[in-house]
Amino acid sequence: MRDFAALIEGLAFTPSRNGKIRLIVDYLAHAPDPARGYGLAALTGGLRFAQVKPAAIRDLIATRTDPDLFAWSYDYVGDLAETVSLMWPATDRCGQAPTLAQVVERFGAARRAEVPALLEDWLSALDESGRYALLKLVTGGMRVGVSARLAKLALAEWGQVNVNDIEELWHGFEPPYEEIFDWLSGCTGRPVPATGLGFRPLMLANPLDEAELARLPASAFRAEYKWDGARVQLAAENGRVRLYSRAGDEISAAFPDIADAALGLHAVLDGELLVAAPGAGPVDVAIRPFNDLQQRLNRKKVTAAMLRSHPAHLRLYDILFEGQEDLRPLSFGLRRQRLEDWYRRLRPARMDLSPLVPFDGWPALATLRDSLRDAAVEGLMLKHADSAYLPGRPKGHWFKWKRAALTLDCVLMYAQRGHGKRSSFYSDFTFGAWQDGPDGPFLAPVGKAYFGFTDAELVDLDRWVRRNTVNRFGPVREVAPGLVLEIAFDSVQRSKRHKSGLAMRFPRIFRIRWDKPAAEADRLETLAAMLPDGGPIRAD
Amino acid sequence: MTALVQRQKPEDWIAPAGGGLAVGPGGFHIDPSRPVDRAVVTHGHADHARAGHGHVLATPETIAIMKSRYGPEAAGRFQPLSCGEPLTIGDTRLSLHPAGHILGSAMAVVEHRGCRVAVSGDYKRRRDPTCPAFEPVACDVFVTEATFALPVFRHPDDAAEVGRLLTSLRLFPDRAHLVGVYALGKCQRLIRLLREAGHDRTIWLHGALLALCDLYTAHGVDLGPCRPVAEAPSREALRGEIVLAPPSAGGDSWARRLPDPRIAMASGWMRVRARARQRRVELPLVISDHADWDELLQTIDDMQAPEVWITHGREEALMHAAAAKGVRARALALVGRGEEDEEAAPATEPAAPDTDA
Repeated sequence: MRDFAALIEGLAFTPSRNGKIRLIVDYLAHAPDPARGYGLAALTGGLRFAQVKPAAIRDLIATRTDPDLFAWSYDYVGDLAETVSLMWPATDRCGQAPTLAQVVERFGAARRAEVPALLEDWLSALDESGRYALLKLVTGGMRVGVSARLAKLALAEWGQVNVNDIEELWHGFEPPYEEIFDWLSGCTGRPVPATGLGFRPLMLANPLDEAELARLPASAFRAEYKWDGARVQLAAENGRVRLYSRAGDEISAAFPDIADAALGLHAVLDGELLVAAPGAGPVDVAIRPFNDLQQRLNRKKVTAAMLRSHPAHLRLYDILFEGQEDLRPLSFGLRRQRLEDWYRRLRPARMDLSPLVPFDGWPALATLRDSLRDAAVEGLMLKHADSAYLPGRPKGHWFKWKRAALTLDCVLMYAQRGHGKRSSFYSDFTFGAWQDGPDGPFLAPVGKAYFGFTDAELVDLDRWVRRNTVNRFGPVREVAPGLVLEIAFDSVQRSKRHKSGLAMRFPRIFRIRWDKPAAEADRLETLAAMLPDGGPIRAD
Repeated sequence: MTALVQRQKPEDWIAPAGGGLAVGPGGFHIDPSRPVDRAVVTHGHADHARAGHGHVLATPETIAIMKSRYGPEAAGRFQPLSCGEPLTIGDTRLSLHPAGHILGSAMAVVEHRGCRVAVSGDYKRRRDPTCPAFEPVACDVFVTEATFALPVFRHPDDAAEVGRLLTSLRLFPDRAHLVGVYALGKCQRLIRLLREAGHDRTIWLHGALLALCDLYTAHGVDLGPCRPVAEAPSREALRGEIVLAPPSAGGDSWARRLPDPRIAMASGWMRVRARARQRRVELPLVISDHADWDELLQTIDDMQAPEVWITHGREEALMHAAAAKGVRARALALVGRGEEDEEAAPATEPAAPDTDA
């Protein structure tokens, strides 16, 4: 537990991405097996056990501390796990501290009624930082600013392999990932997952720079609609199905309707997750607004009523595997043909094909784009017909060409309490866009918005802010960079008042992107390119 | 006779005044923050030792510190008093006893008509290689600080904290490790702890730390090789080295001369994550020159005082805990004590080299 606790501590305070990677690599190099696999699983959200509720932890501390002293301490520290870890009375049992592996294995097998006694025992045997790590582990909130992707990058660096190899294997094995560690330690060859159900790194599109359009040969590209849903990967084999988010997190449990529909399939598919109008037929599916999908995305489990009122739908645009055959080396044109053939043959329920949009030259396509009015369509995708399916965001292959409304995916940075009936809510939001600095990317604030969301969304936003606060300045809270807000605005202007040099006109929160990783939010240059004169930002 | 000469209550002859405690029958103030005729100074930190008094009585080390910081004319007259040598002043007996806080720090024990009041200034109970350990003194009133008087403040083993700094040095050999330290006390103690941990490389110092390091050396504290950052052969030479500077230096332009600095800070406040984050600290080191919660309670027991007065800090929690022990406790709320380290100031504050924590 000591190594893991030190890692959690280090990660929480080390802001730079490279610094975090170095800490994880050092942990992987020094921690024993199987602890390091569990440690990595803890960072990537791969440990699944029943979470302990804060109330249960309060009960444990209440029997051991003076209530006034606890209240003052909690008020001062501001975090329950931290307060408890610091206040827990010292004992002389430090020699009997559990290892991380013992905690994970014992806790995973524990019945609910056993949990308080187990925790009590461990808390008394661990030191402060061990207690803190334990409490964060069992309450399911590490919040050390490490994405699953970052942890995989560190694992790849430690094992001296390409991160895409890690991605491919990751979901094929369970914590503590002994097979992967044996391979990376050189003890065994590259392991073969027992199933083909693992996540494959997605191929991502670059935003289209319209100035470059003239240089792209229109005839070499295929166009599709860019759907306003959530990008997912579906893997199905032998009656087992896994649905992955774009970041590689498994979300199958939240979408049993899709999983059921895919039961008989044997393929890996790339598509857009949408919510269809209830009772829609297989043809001409009516797509509901993104907000409806959000209702589903926000839930780990879904009710029967929700399944009826918000049925999920998968709009397919690529096929990565058909049976055992890896189609990714094929060109987009060939894969598209295979996808269409496959779809016609099987016609799986709750799925359809994202149609190709025929066009004759860029001007015609531009006209079509300007005429897009369907709320389910964000714009167009352009895909080079000869492109293999390449992981990551390779340049020159896929482009996204969004509809003309100015929007920017920003990252929430600060929240301020509102006034009047909003005085108990963090309702004024300052957000930023990524910029490169000497320590890697950092957020430059680009604007502030306080409307555009419903009252129900405000409750969620407020809760998120309170749970992700890293700093307080009077009524303002600084939050960890973890929530993407899609900001709509009329125009962007230069501003001397803003540190970023840019100011949005009439910004409003267009959408809360609970699903999007903060690292994938937009960059400041993207905003600068929206200036009437097309940027760049002038340095003062 | 006894009906006429009522036994005085301690608060009748020693009470807050002049930003410190005024001792009426002795005609002096203890740690006054405003200039007075006669001051007794427990230790050299700026919130206890100020310039401009007519007469200052303190340990020889504290006098040396005051002269070093404020100049030889800092007081009209200095009178050294070593620990354990009682002195009669007016209708009082005064003695100084080691407080274990920093070099020269002492608890002032004042006795008047059989009533003994021990004014501890700031203190800690664990070993400090730069000063003698706190000595409990039985008394009627114990005047204590409460800087870390919450049960969340339990300072860890300082050797383990120094170990974390050395581990970071190994992990990030390409980064200068800029450790924020208070110029008086923390700086020299950390250097000694590093030497004890076997770190024998040159430790690089911000200019604001030099004079006090020289003073400690002159008082027999061996700090090993230390040099000003200004004398570093190159910026590159500081990679993987330890640089000590006042806490605010990490946030100001001074730090730009260091290669990719990793910002650490050695302070009891680093125990609470939010405080460390406010300071933009990457490597919080929980090393404090104050008593932690357990030590505060232990000291109240050791002093055997039926009554405790609390000068500054988290008074309510310590009063509550003292009451639970059957000890009367009241808060003096001395203004100005510990204020500079009480609220973590923005990282851009001007260098504040003389607060203590």
